[in-house]
Amino acid sequence: MPEAPRSGQPAPKGPNWEQADWTPPEEEKLIQQELSNLKAAVSAPTTTLKMMKECMVRLIYCEMLGYDASFGYIHAIKLAQQGNLLEKRVGYLAVSLFLHESHELLLLLVNTVVKDLQSTNLVEVCMALTIVSQIFPQEMIPAVLPLIEDKLQHSKEIIRRKAVLALYKFHLIAPNQVQHIHIKFQKALCDRDVGVMAASLHIYHRMIKENSSGYKDLTGSFVTILKQVVGGKLPVDFNYHSVPAPWLQIQLLRILRLLGKDDQRTSELMYDVLDESLRRAELNHNVTYAILFECVHTVYSVYPKSELLEKAAKCIGKFVLSPKINLKYLGLKALTYVIQQDPTLALQHQMTIIECLDHPDPIIKRETLELLYRITNAQNITVIVQKMLEYLHQSKEEYIIVNLVGKIAELAEKYPFVLVLNTVDTYAPDNAWFIQTMNAVFSVGGDVMNPDIPNNFLRLLAEGFDDETEDQQLRLYAVQSYLTLLDVENVFYPQRFLQVMSWVLGEYSYLLDKETPGEVITKLYKLLMNDSISSETKAWLIAAVTKLTPQAHSSNIVERLIQEFTVSLDTCLRQHAFELKHLHENAELMKSLLPVNKSCEDMVVDASLSFLDSHVAEELSQGAAPYKPHHQRQEEKLSQEKVLNFEPYGLSFSSSGFTGRQSPAGISLGSDISGNSAEIGLKETSSLKLEGIQKLWGKEGYLPKKESKTGDETEAPPVSQESIIENVDPTISKKDPSQVLAQSKEEKEKQLLASSLFVGLGSESTVNLLGKADTISHKFRRKSKVKEAISGEKTNAHNMTRSSFSSPTNVTYEEDYYLDNLRDRRDKELEKFALSAELLGSESLAEPPLVEKLSECRRPAPSLFADDMEVFHPPRSTSASLAGESSLASLLEETTEHMHSDLTEVCNTETMSLSSYKIWKDDCLLMVWLVSNKSGSELEGVNLEIAPAENFKITEQPGCCLPIIEAENTKNFQYSVQMEKPFTEGNLSGFINYQMMNTHAVQLEFSVNLSLLDFIRPLKISTEDFGKLWLSFANDVKQNVKMSESQAALPSALKTLQQKLRLHVVDIIGSEGLLACQLLPSIPCLLHFRVHGDVLALWFRSSCSTLPDYLLYQCQKVMEGS
Amino acid sequence: MQFMLLFSRQGKLRLQKWYVPLSDKEKKKITRELVQTVLARKPKMCSFLEWRDLKIVYKRYASLYFCCAIEDQDNELITLEIIHRYVELLDKYFGSVCELDIIFNFEKAYFILDEFLLGGEVQETSKKNVLKAIEQADLLQENMKDKGYHFIMQGINDAHLQEKVE
Repeated sequence: MPEAPRSGQPAPKGPNWEQADWTPPEEEKLIQQELSNLKAAVSAPTTTLKMMKECMVRLIYCEMLGYDASFGYIHAIKLAQQGNLLEKRVGYLAVSLFLHESHELLLLLVNTVVKDLQSTNLVEVCMALTIVSQIFPQEMIPAVLPLIEDKLQHSKEIIRRKAVLALYKFHLIAPNQVQHIHIKFQKALCDRDVGVMAASLHIYHRMIKENSSGYKDLTGSFVTILKQVVGGKLPVDFNYHSVPAPWLQIQLLRILRLLGKDDQRTSELMYDVLDESLRRAELNHNVTYAILFECVHTVYSVYPKSELLEKAAKCIGKFVLSPKINLKYLGLKALTYVIQQDPTLALQHQMTIIECLDHPDPIIKRETLELLYRITNAQNITVIVQKMLEYLHQSKEEYIIVNLVGKIAELAEKYPFVLVLNTVDTYAPDNAWFIQTMNAVFSVGGDVMNPDIPNNFLRLLAEGFDDETEDQQLRLYAVQSYLTLLDVENVFYPQRFLQVMSWVLGEYSYLLDKETPGEVITKLYKLLMNDSISSETKAWLIAAVTKLTPQAHSSNIVERLIQEFTVSLDTCLRQHAFELKHLHENAELMKSLLPVNKSCEDMVVDASLSFLDSHVAEELSQGAAPYKPHHQRQEEKLSQEKVLNFEPYGLSFSSSGFTGRQSPAGISLGSDISGNSAEIGLKETSSLKLEGIQKLWGKEGYLPKKESKTGDETEAPPVSQESIIENVDPTISKKDPSQVLAQSKEEKEKQLLASSLFVGLGSESTVNLLGKADTISHKFRRKSKVKEAISGEKTNAHNMTRSSFSSPTNVTYEEDYYLDNLRDRRDKELEKFALSAELLGSESLAEPPLVEKLSECRRPAPSLFADDMEVFHPPRSTSASLAGESSLASLLEETTEHMHSDLTEVCNTETMSLSSYKIWKDDCLLMVWLVSNKSGSELEGVNLEIAPAENFKITEQPGCCLPIIEAENTKNFQYSVQMEKPFTEGNLSGFINYQMMNTHAVQLEFSVNLSLLDFIRPLKISTEDFGKLWLSFANDVKQNVKMSESQAALPSALKTLQQKLRLHVVDIIGSEGLLACQLLPSIPCLLHFRVHGDVLALWFRSSCSTLPDYLLYQCQKVMEGS
Repeated sequence: MQFMLLFSRQGKLRLQKWYVPLSDKEKKKITRELVQTVLARKPKMCSFLEWRDLKIVYKRYASLYFCCAIEDQDNELITLEIIHRYVELLDKYFGSVCELDIIFNFEKAYFILDEFLLGGEVQETSKKNVLKAIEQADLLQENMKDKGYHFIMQGINDAHLQEKVE
């Protein structure tokens, strides 16, 4: 028996193995020797467990070096079973390294794991849990599941943590088996130990990824946890280079990203913490960048918030501009994520992107191409595809080639008729480009690319595009280029490429006028005789020859071909040859069967294969899966992969109604339209965001480029020949050419490249903002309709009025009564106001509150009808209600001093109805909720509570606080609301509790929308003060807004701003206006505006950085909306 | 994380941990290709690589390359920090770790890795907690009073020291 290895003299893992100059043959000899020793040792009955442990370590090492140690696997399991703690530990380690999940030997381990899980020794339990989390046979999960569930309550956090991770593993391999313990995951999430909580996040991330809608209610918890982590509330142990728990932060950010995607409500919950994360991560350490990257990704994935997007964009800038290559790479990666939402970012960083395109590190280059791929449009396609082809020719790795070839083909097929600027400065469709690009794709991609690429290409070519003559030229060019390629000697093309060629030649050789079909057949015949060509390709070639035969004059070669292939050993080829032979004998049949250029026309065949229907029905009834066509399967597969936007970006085109493939006529029309004055206004609006960046960059890219174009044609490097300059704005290109000459040639080349790459981007800059939900304006519109209805009917009979009042708001009789009461008072007030307005005479200079009142409040019903109300009033009882009434009366008295909104019902039941309205007080927003009891008995324990909201400070106003509402009575709750941080829209939610006599308690939830405008008040200052304030404010925002026709004049614009936004008109000077407002409690904001035709140039300034943006947004809404 | 590899500047594998089931043949192929690719990269290049459909994150510490494969949506930078934290753990455990520590005590390196990463996910980020768990298990060693084992360990450690001196 050989000696136990541990006493073997030269230690097999001795140091001399590791010397760099160690020669492999000697190493191999040594290890083979060692392995045979080990083999003998492990199977010898005298080997103790102690020795076995050492053997295992050596076996692991040998296997790592690439030698087969499978004979030891069973002994590793034995060691885990029988050994003492130390030996067990090595045994488990060896098992985890040797075996994989579905290895049959693993079943032998289950009993050991079960035993160890029940052990009283912590270390044993830990080992068992560790192995379960790494590899465990799926079918044996039920055997250990209850034991592991028990461990979730273990007193040691390490056990709880490992148990959670084991369950995570189970969830990965068999999610249905752990379905029932979701509630326990929740407990793990709330665990007092950070490690256990962090472990549970893995499970939640997974589950939320699969079904985000099921876990929305946990958003608040995740936000709270993240807030605590970011705020440094965790034990210092979890800090990593003084950054609190970065792994935890990243995991939470990922979860929030999934939860907030396309969900405004959920997203709003996380804005604050995202903002804080962006702010906190300022330390210049890799790990903070890791968090920042994740945070930026989340900000761009959740429902957009402009303020955050702005900050995130700045962060991306930090990455992109970093000298550290890792950060630069991530910057590019981040850009590829966000570029679809914000193409202007690509413009901002275009010079960096250009530099990265020529970066010595291929990975940077590749990521840059990925980025360019996503900003491709009809105008920059040629340049981008050229760059991609350059990279393609350099790469050797198959995966990269397949990937890149697919992308190029996709782009080329999307824009087959790109416009290339030719020598006489006109745009012409260049069919050569498409064919040449595809030739490159086929010759490089060859036989590894996705088979859909050649199929799609042939389909496109056959079906053609919009213009028949274009199609013919394209086909002709294809035929010519293939013939040229085939003429080249000693070049081997991939089989797929040859197949494409043979199909095209077979179909479209008739377009040639120089070469005869006979010559084409000769070339095809030469290929057929080539041994390196596969029989599949040969079948394609014979098919092509068959198609060409009826057109050919002489048939010598065809006959030779028939002769040769009718005796071919390949049955498929032989069949083709026989077909050809028979057709060739019957020329008439052949001509009718193979008509020229009819590949797209339908043959009369039973395409539905109806004769198979009964068979299909039978199969289906027996449980067969319904047939899915190939493309559908493909799509399903694709949809699981990276989602790409295949739409082109050129907004200027899509707005003119051009989509998809563009005919040359369409393009020229497009540029005509954009030269139109009506379009200029629109373009100004959309490109305005660029102003903040640099004056040098315009919508079409780098502006001086156009100068070089117009100024010095010959100096332009060759790139410009291929680049397309779309919509060159003559006003922009007239600039001083000397500036251009000063630039170095290299710089200029880069800029030329930049302008050709980034052409057509950036026109979507305002799309995000405008895409936001626009509930407020709808509300306004609805109201005005109600108003009309009311004013139209106010002279009608009383019951008519009543119905028109009650139907839109659904208020109860009782409330109607108060409302009418209110209307009565307001009526008088308004009369006064109207009078004063008339006295003032000038519409535009009237005080905003007045106009506001006129527009916002309901028209009062004639007091005559209000007096009649008693008739309809249901019987009421006694003193309590009187008290209620009086308090309400006092409230209404108060409200008359201020503007207030309509009464809207927020929720109701059979017994109770809750309505609310807003009172825009000078110093705050007063929210009033009216609870009315509709039933005949009293409501008890009435309690209304408003949930604390993040952006608001809410204070309850003292009012009537009796928790009882008598039958048919109403009481009100008042809350004053202050805004703590500017935002566009927010939600105030709360609930109301009550109890009917002798029944159970009821709780109803409700919520009210609040808008920024609820907190905007006019700021009455003089022109002089305006001037002083204007200079002292640092935050400004400029934007041009196109007005709807109805408002295209100064007075009407002014009126709109005054009424809808509650701005105070400070002064009017010619076509310019000065307005001022304040955000409660006291953040001023000033607006200067000027009217040019139908464009309103707005300029906001404020001491608060975000307020101008929000106001601008509201402004745009009212100016464009109405 | 899909797998983690440690290899020397000479391309010798020092540690491998696979978190996805793969056949031995595939593992060998991947290892060979990756070691070649990573070793061919210049020092100032990006620490990330696109390789097939995976992202490779690697970093060199002295003579050892640490190399992790992650999926596309994973965060490359934090993976670099995972590597760094692992090196920190090794360093703390071995006391200024060198390649030889890992060669001679590679099972220890695995134990530490298993306490830090479990099933490809970060299990415990607190350095203290990881080392506590390892020490707890190591302490058993002392209690066992396994003299034979100590003897061997002593021998190996001597050889190790000798090597270091050389």
